[in-house]
Amino acid sequence: MTISVREAWTVLHGMLFGAAFLLAFAGGLAGLYSLRPEWVTGEGVKERIFRLKVGLWSIAVIAWATVISGTFIVYPWYRAKPPEGATDLTEYPRYLLLADPSKAEWHKLGMEWKEHVGWLAPIAATVVAFAVTYYGSALAKKVGERRTLMIFYIISFATAAVAGVFGAFINKIAPIR
Amino acid sequence: MTPQTMNEELPNGPVVAALIAGGLGSATIGLMTVLAEASQSIMNALNWWNPAGPLTGKTLVGVIIFFVSWIVLHFIFRGKNVNFARAATIALILLGLGILGTFPPFFKLFAGE
Repeated sequence: MTISVREAWTVLHGMLFGAAFLLAFAGGLAGLYSLRPEWVTGEGVKERIFRLKVGLWSIAVIAWATVISGTFIVYPWYRAKPPEGATDLTEYPRYLLLADPSKAEWHKLGMEWKEHVGWLAPIAATVVAFAVTYYGSALAKKVGERRTLMIFYIISFATAAVAGVFGAFINKIAPIR
Repeated sequence: MTPQTMNEELPNGPVVAALIAGGLGSATIGLMTVLAEASQSIMNALNWWNPAGPLTGKTLVGVIIFFVSWIVLHFIFRGKNVNFARAATIALILLGLGILGTFPPFFKLFAGE
C-alpha cells in the first residue's frame, strides 16, 4: 500500500481540504439561514453565533489552504511540459489531455475554469466570516445583511464546487502521478 | 454610498468595506484572466512563478486587490452607516463579473492572435 508524494498532495488538496470545505458548507448555510430572532431565543442566538464564527473561519482557512496548495504545489505537476519528442505523456496530465481531441475539453473548459474560479471561494468565505464575527448576535435582526451574506456564502460554495468537481474528474482521466 | 446618520447599533461600514473588497478582488481575478488571454505581453507579465505560470499573477493580483482595498475601504467606512442595499448590489455585481471573467467560453472571446 504505497502512495507517491504527488498523489498524497493531490489527495490532501482535493479530498481533505476541498471535501472538508464542501461538507462544512451545509452546516454554515443552515446556521446562517436559521439565525432569526423569531426562531431562536436570545441565548440560542449567542450559542449559534459562536458555532458559526468557529465554523466560518475554519471554512475560510480551509478554502485558502485548498487554493494555495492547488496552485503552488499540485498545479505545477499538472502543467509540467514533457521533454521534446516524448511519446509517453502519462506524467504530463495537461499535455495528455490536449493530445486527445476527445479529452481536450477537460483541460480547455474544466481545468481552465477550475484553476481561476476556485480563487473566488476563499475571498467570499473570508468576507462572510468577517461579517458574522463583526455583527455577532446582532446579525439575527439584520435581514438584508444576512441575505447578502448567504448569497456570498452560496457563491463561495458554488465556485468551490466547480473547482472540486472538475478536479475530481480531471484527476480520474489524467491523474497526477 | 454617502454616509448616513449614525445608528446606535453597530455601523455597517466595516461589513460594506469587506463586501465591496471581496467583489473587487473577485472582479480583478476575472479581469486579469481576460487581459492575459487578450495580450501575450500581459500574460508574460503575470507569470510570477514559472512552474505555475501566469495563474500566479492573475490570482495574486486579485488577492492583493482584495486585501488592500479592504484595508482602505475599512478606514473610509469605519464608524459609518452606508446604504447597505446599494453596497450589496455593487459587491454582488463585482462578484458576478469575477465569475464571468473566469469562465473559459467568455474569456476566450478575447483571445489574441
